[in-house]
Amino acid sequence: MITLDINGKQVQTDAEPDTPLLWVLRDHLGMTGSKYGCGKALCGACTVHVNGAATRSCVLPVSAASGMKITTIEAVGDSAIGKAVQDAWVAENVPQCGYCQSGQVMSATALLTTNQKPSDADIDAAMSGNICRCATYVRIRTAIKRAAESLA
Amino acid sequence: MSTAEKDIFPQVDRRDLLKGTAALTVAFWLPAGKALANGGTGAVFEPNAFIRIGADGIVTVVSKHIEMGQGAYTGLATIVAEELDADWTKVRVEGAPADAKRYNNLNFGPMQGTGGSSSISNSFDQLRNAGAAARAMLVAAAAQKWSVPASEVSVVNGVVAHAKSNRSAGFGELAADAAKLPVPADAKPKDPSKYTLIGKNAARVDSRDKSTGKALFTQDVQLPGMLTAAVVHPPRFGARVKSFDATKAKAVKGVKSVVAFETPVRSGIAVLATDFWTAKKARDLVTVEWDESAAYRGSTTELYKEYRELAKKPGASAKKEGDPDAAFASAAEVLEATYEFPYLAHASMEPLNCVVRIGKQDCEVWNGEQFQTVDQLAVAKTVGLPPASVNIHMLYAGGSFGRRANPQADYVVEAAAIAKAAGVDVPVKMVWTREEDTRAGYYRPLYVHTLKAGLDKAGKIVAWQHRIVGQSIVAGTPFGGPGPIDATSVEGASNLPYAIPNLAVELHTTKNGVPVQWWRSVGSTHTAFSTECFLDDIARHTKQDPYALRKSLLTDKHPRHNAVLDLVAQKSGWSQARPKDEVWGLALHESFNSVVAQVVQLKRTSNGLKLAKVICAVDCGLAVNPNIVAMQMEGGIGYGLAAALTGAVTLKDGVVEQSNFDDYPVLRMNQMPAIDVHILPSTAKPTGVGEPGTPPIAPALANALALANGKPVRVLPLSAEGITLA
Repeated sequence: MITLDINGKQVQTDAEPDTPLLWVLRDHLGMTGSKYGCGKALCGACTVHVNGAATRSCVLPVSAASGMKITTIEAVGDSAIGKAVQDAWVAENVPQCGYCQSGQVMSATALLTTNQKPSDADIDAAMSGNICRCATYVRIRTAIKRAAESLA
Repeated sequence: MSTAEKDIFPQVDRRDLLKGTAALTVAFWLPAGKALANGGTGAVFEPNAFIRIGADGIVTVVSKHIEMGQGAYTGLATIVAEELDADWTKVRVEGAPADAKRYNNLNFGPMQGTGGSSSISNSFDQLRNAGAAARAMLVAAAAQKWSVPASEVSVVNGVVAHAKSNRSAGFGELAADAAKLPVPADAKPKDPSKYTLIGKNAARVDSRDKSTGKALFTQDVQLPGMLTAAVVHPPRFGARVKSFDATKAKAVKGVKSVVAFETPVRSGIAVLATDFWTAKKARDLVTVEWDESAAYRGSTTELYKEYRELAKKPGASAKKEGDPDAAFASAAEVLEATYEFPYLAHASMEPLNCVVRIGKQDCEVWNGEQFQTVDQLAVAKTVGLPPASVNIHMLYAGGSFGRRANPQADYVVEAAAIAKAAGVDVPVKMVWTREEDTRAGYYRPLYVHTLKAGLDKAGKIVAWQHRIVGQSIVAGTPFGGPGPIDATSVEGASNLPYAIPNLAVELHTTKNGVPVQWWRSVGSTHTAFSTECFLDDIARHTKQDPYALRKSLLTDKHPRHNAVLDLVAQKSGWSQARPKDEVWGLALHESFNSVVAQVVQLKRTSNGLKLAKVICAVDCGLAVNPNIVAMQMEGGIGYGLAAALTGAVTLKDGVVEQSNFDDYPVLRMNQMPAIDVHILPSTAKPTGVGEPGTPPIAPALANALALANGKPVRVLPLSAEGITLA
């Protein structure tokens, strides 16, 4: 059994230690907000926060996540920054198909947690690991700025 | 209807279609009593197949089209809510069950399906009528209840009122009474001048759920007892399982079974386990011996060579005007160019997947379902049940761009075949990895085009020849027509808007073992590029401005092209002097009855050329939701840019060389330009939006690059020629 700290709760799982955190969240714990897109940390759809840092859960063995504070899309809206990001996402009508957006919201929230007024270059650097095939990037950029303003 | 078509579309007779929209709409009405009995989920008023109103006043719009990002759920609900005068915050949307009769696609049925940028255009009148009839029944119910003339009853924002007697009621209070009334045959949709929702940017119905991780995709389906299947696909198209050894896989804890499956298009192995990671790990331990006697072993380099040779010979005539041979013979000068386009994968964010449960008497499918009645019939055949016993639950799709509308129902049938081979009665969720999604085929075909233009002494185009070489998308499917021309191979070329007196468009349809399929904007993915780039070649050669040349070739037969071209020129400031460090390119193209023009603005920086901005003008008829039109233009541009910059699937000895986003790179945030979208005001019926934003971006970019680099772009992707942007 591995004990995890997910969204402020202690959770136990009997998943094999090499199972990526993503699949523990999705298939063992029924938290399907974090998405599978590539399995190789190439697309960012699986992004969660590990000790506050945006992390690709598809390549993080669950054994390595033990003892860390994990936040997922299911609870990121409990924080002021996460809520501001999600509200900005809705206000700017960011999502199209929506499949990548959990990961986008997690990366954007991590960005705004460390950088309250990100420049375009900061946004490029923080968000270029998150692919969106609907190419909602224009609106993601605007929404991040809107969220930053709402938090200022 | 051919025998094959009857087989695929058994529920609807084509004659039904010919009766026209009005007849069909009436045919969809359900008797009110029956609707009441079948209401379910608290519905008390179900006047037709598209609307349910509950006692709580919630209006549920039943969408016959999938929501895969294009905004169909919001757009369709907007039309209904407009005619109902509903309160937008009380409108919900749910996916319709598979039913070709009630949910026929009026643009290309008889069948239920989404494609060809048709969701709004084929539903517009149907839903206006449905909404207007439902509203009339609510009004009649109120009039009866209050004993007042119906003409004095108003409906505003979900409130039915009689001002004179100061009475009002919500939809929910009137629903039960309205359900007892006859459906009016003459309810008139609103005059567009009275619209309060259409054209006004109603908020998307799916934004919140998609920003909070709550939206449900096929990948997220969890059902009691469900097993997850990971698959082994053949290394080459057409290879079949000869034998396999699953000893090691079966020893993995959590693995339930390992089975071989065979469908009309694919043979492989599936590992069924309690969860995906277990299934995938075990799958990696399966060893398979393949029978490759019928496998495709070609390579894309060979295909290009073969196609270039074919392009030198006359093909089947797709279009001929005037006397091109004579015009070329007498031309003062002839220009020629060859263009090359690779296979492209759709690469949606959600790798393909499908959930199937086979019962004794029925079968259920949970899927990002784009081709309802095609998939329903294909699954029915696979599992040996009548189509009506196959119940499809339409979920959100994490992108598709055409892929989930597969004429062979390839991945849906695969999931059904796996569940059948496993012999289980629990739901089976088939999950492809990104690698399988990339390598399973059904690509935008590889094409070679040659274009030839004859100019007179004054540089005027007097002759035009366009040859296209490539596989047919529809050949061998129920969508294939008779004759040698697949219209989807030549669309955008055979309807060139420019007035050229002598014109020939020819097609060589090739055959090989690589499965191909439509990809966002279909034929226009390549025809827009070759025609618009070649036109700029001519403009540069004859020292004409690209905008002026196009204007000179557009007659008053093409008012929409003229207006869109003028709009993009005006908004971009085309006629004004460019900033010294900028180079601009222009392209114009019609697809799915919409016309789009784009100006690309490249900026010279210390790191090279940067794609700074795209100005986009579109005529899509009446914009039901201008904001979603803008989103689709932005997304279409991004999707087209990804392909233009780096998109290419290559094969060597029959093996696909790409597998994931590292070797099949797609557009990222740092590559996305700023985009301004301008919608031409229109009162005409809505036309396509999901696809038409894609075709112009690659030629507009290439035309700017040709100016910047002094060398035309004739091969896509740009990376194949070593061209990168800052």
